[in-house]
Amino acid sequence: MIADGLIAAAILVVAMATVAARGAFTAVALFIAYGLLLSFAWVRLGAPDIALTEAAIGAGLSGALLLGAAARAGRAAERPPGRAMTAAIALGCTGVTVALAAAILLLPDPAPSLAPQVAANMATTGLGNPVAAVLMAFRGLDTLLESAVLVLAVIAAWSLAPDEAWGGPSGVAQPMSRDGPLALLARLLPPLGILAAVHILWIGKDAPGGKFQAAAILAAMWMLAWMAGRVAPPQVSARWLRVVVAAGPALFIAIGMLGWLTEGAFLAYPPGLALPIIMVVEVALTASIAVALALLVMGPPGRRA
Amino acid sequence: MSLLVDAASIAAILAGLVFFAAGTAGLLRFPDASSRLHALTKADHLGLGLIVLGLLPRADAVGGAPRLVAVWLLVLVSSAAAGPLLARLARRR
Repeated sequence: MIADGLIAAAILVVAMATVAARGAFTAVALFIAYGLLLSFAWVRLGAPDIALTEAAIGAGLSGALLLGAAARAGRAAERPPGRAMTAAIALGCTGVTVALAAAILLLPDPAPSLAPQVAANMATTGLGNPVAAVLMAFRGLDTLLESAVLVLAVIAAWSLAPDEAWGGPSGVAQPMSRDGPLALLARLLPPLGILAAVHILWIGKDAPGGKFQAAAILAAMWMLAWMAGRVAPPQVSARWLRVVVAAGPALFIAIGMLGWLTEGAFLAYPPGLALPIIMVVEVALTASIAVALALLVMGPPGRRA
Repeated sequence: MSLLVDAASIAAILAGLVFFAAGTAGLLRFPDASSRLHALTKADHLGLGLIVLGLLPRADAVGGAPRLVAVWLLVLVSSAAAGPLLARLARRR
């Protein structure tokens, strides 16, 4: 109880500090701390799936994206907003907070829940993790849209590339660090990280884990090797790159259409085949998400970091 | 026997907390980036090591104990690498 109170208080303090921070870099650093504290809170609430995702995507990858954005924006990000803008931001934040608080406080008691239905029908999916069953079977459409959004994000980021740089390597090539701490990390961590990612992907069917968390780790390992200059950033014109990014969502859509043809509903799985189909889609999505996330952090071709 | 294990476990965790507190105090009070990093990484390594040591007898899941040790080793490697990186950056500024 005391620990929960401390975590909640720390989240509020760090959130305030993030908003009040003067520099963009400070704000991002605080935002990463905020994400890690938030994943603590999710663990305490008994939602380790969300905690893992929050730590990997919310704090880790979003943090890396925001750090990159802060570095690219440079001084422009440090300029304080005008008075009208400040008022608008304050109004927007207050509105969201009040709406969320009202939504939570106005929930009927007991809160509406679909958990019993999930528990009752989980056996048909062959999955042991109810979160995975919801994400891949009962609300598969949401997951499909989520993964498709990442493809759109990559296209949007790439469309910011200047014409003369188009087709070149994404982001900027990092200088090769032959020795020193970064080179050590880039040699030491990727084997372990890839192993952990495969484990998290595979165990996701029965325990907390899954494709997004695994993909975030894989993307981080690739980014580490790129930052140490051990691998060149991929050419955006490379065919394999585009195929991998699109393959996951495309396969998911194809399987959805197959369900529509054979079972009469989009994304319906044939009985008995649900688990193998889900696992194949999970693996393909992991590859797509990992590459998309890494490409987003590396940025469009031709920009100076 | 279990009382002895519990006492050792609690002592190790408390000692770990002391190191974390000392590292945080150093981070807040030391004058320049290098010494702040020094306080942070050294104290965290020892503090986390002691806490992991204290938690080892309490790890119940299969493979829980090796996982705890793996967490400690990974933190050791990553902060041993991050510390010098930050220190180089701080010196260049």
